[in-house]
Amino acid sequence: MGMEILVSTAKFLIVMTVILVSVIILVYLERRISAFIQNRTGPNRVGPYGLFQAIADVVKLLLKEDIVPKNAYKPVHDLAPIISIGAALSTFAVIPVGNTIELFGTTMKLMIADVNIGILYILSVTSIGVYGITLAGWSSNNKYSLLGGLRSSAQLISYELSMGLSIIGVLMISGTLRLDQIVQHQTMYIGGWLPNWNIFLQPVAFITFVVAAFAETNRLPFDLPEAEPELVGGYHTEYTGLKFGLFFLAEYANMITAAAVITTLFLGGWHLPYAENLGLSAFTLSLLQVLAFCAKVTVILLFFIVTRWTLPRFRYDQLMDIGWKVMLPLAIANVLVTGLILVL
Amino acid sequence: MTLETILFYALSFVSVGSALMMITRRSPVMSALYLILNFFALAGLYLTLHAQFIAVIQILVYAGAIMVLFLFVIMLLNLGDEKKLSEKMSYKKIIPAGLSFGLLMELLYIVSYAKSDLPLTHIERATEIGTVEYVGKALFTDFLFPFEVTSILLLAAIIGAVVLAKKKLD
Amino acid sequence: MVEIQSYLILSAITFIIGVVGVLARRNAIIVFMSIELMLNSVNLTLVAFSAYLGDTTGQMLVFFVMTVAAAEAAVGLAIVIALFRNKQTVNIDDINILKW
Repeated sequence: MGMEILVSTAKFLIVMTVILVSVIILVYLERRISAFIQNRTGPNRVGPYGLFQAIADVVKLLLKEDIVPKNAYKPVHDLAPIISIGAALSTFAVIPVGNTIELFGTTMKLMIADVNIGILYILSVTSIGVYGITLAGWSSNNKYSLLGGLRSSAQLISYELSMGLSIIGVLMISGTLRLDQIVQHQTMYIGGWLPNWNIFLQPVAFITFVVAAFAETNRLPFDLPEAEPELVGGYHTEYTGLKFGLFFLAEYANMITAAAVITTLFLGGWHLPYAENLGLSAFTLSLLQVLAFCAKVTVILLFFIVTRWTLPRFRYDQLMDIGWKVMLPLAIANVLVTGLILVL
Repeated sequence: MTLETILFYALSFVSVGSALMMITRRSPVMSALYLILNFFALAGLYLTLHAQFIAVIQILVYAGAIMVLFLFVIMLLNLGDEKKLSEKMSYKKIIPAGLSFGLLMELLYIVSYAKSDLPLTHIERATEIGTVEYVGKALFTDFLFPFEVTSILLLAAIIGAVVLAKKKLD
Repeated sequence: MVEIQSYLILSAITFIIGVVGVLARRNAIIVFMSIELMLNSVNLTLVAFSAYLGDTTGQMLVFFVMTVAAAEAAVGLAIVIALFRNKQTVNIDDINILKW
């Protein structure tokens, strides 16, 4: 019992550290890539190639004065960023980053909690994340913030539907809610050579899920809650210093989480194709699989960034039209077709 | 005291406390927030009863969807300013409170009176019947007809909501 | 070991708090939330009995109650919006004529 608690705490600390460090790298990458796309230089002053720019930004945010507007509702104003960051980080608890590994004589699973309602847990934590943005918008007592909050709650509710429905297709194929077993199911091969990843079996679900993930993480082309030209800064207009930093962190942590969920559900999780035939030792194989997981997540993150800097923002009615009239019917049709194929 | 007992009392304290705060707050947004807290406490209580599927659905449906809708409407109507609706103690408050207290006494009396008839312990199957697999099987075999009827209910609700919330029927 | 009476008493107390909320508050949305609270306290009773009797029927009923609650919330909030649009208030004491 004591050992289990120790192991869980260690896993938790490692995952937290990795996420926080990757957020810093991600911010740097985003700024450099956006600069490259827009033919600018980007951050290049702090450290070699501007590598320490993100760290300097973090220090700046930590040292800034925390300003709360006079008419803001203070308890909720403080609570909102905490909800946001909590929801963004706690999703990672059920994501398997690798297969079982032998360490110090014990076999352990490379995930914090192996619960048998894994996917439902992810969906419910995502739905809690809405409150952070909505409450931030309301409690700031500022019309731009309020508009941002309203937009985000409408947007997130709409896209949660197509997100949930596109997962159902995956569930029907693998027949379990355990993320661990969903990944195990994807380690087989179709016809002996094509990895049994859900992206090949469920391409439509993959597309709807990725679009929904863009909307859920408030990334362009769906970043209406914080659309700068229209809403000043959106829901976090009235936030400064550490609390703004928390929102910023939550946004990027959400991106990483979304990428990890996409990887787990559709891209075979930690599965590295053909690696199990190479005759490596179990330990090396496990390490390679963790690296494969990280590599897949990185590719999706790069896709997120490139999309953000190459597409314009949707109009609000277009956003709703896509959510309700395109994505939702597509997801439902996908469930229907999957069911038919499974029955036949 | 076992861990289960401590958990039960902590969660029931949160649940009753947040319910009381919910009906006494002026601002509807704060009421909604306390109700969300209450739903979380209830989800915890469901977990102490080994009903994990119901617990996660509680968070997903109540806290994640229904309450977001409430907050959305409160913010849309901008009901933040509650001073106009300032509520004083009057006979309109005291009579319902007294009647409700009587009802509470009645319920408590019934619960303590029926003590000998109540099932006393957890049955071993409690852990098993709360899982998604078991609930799913029951839902799609024994309860298939009610499940199908629910879809008609939801359809009716969707149409009703759209018709009611529309500005003008044309 | 928590006995089932504890769950029943807790559920009775939250139910009564919901009743008081419905009877004493005048804000339509808070009245509405009190109704949700009452539904939830009943759900707790159902789940408690389901666990103590080892019977899944209680949890099924909770599932259906949640569906009904979701439908009810959608329609009810639509009614509140329609009321607000016509009367600019959600105080249920002001909504006292049968047609307008």
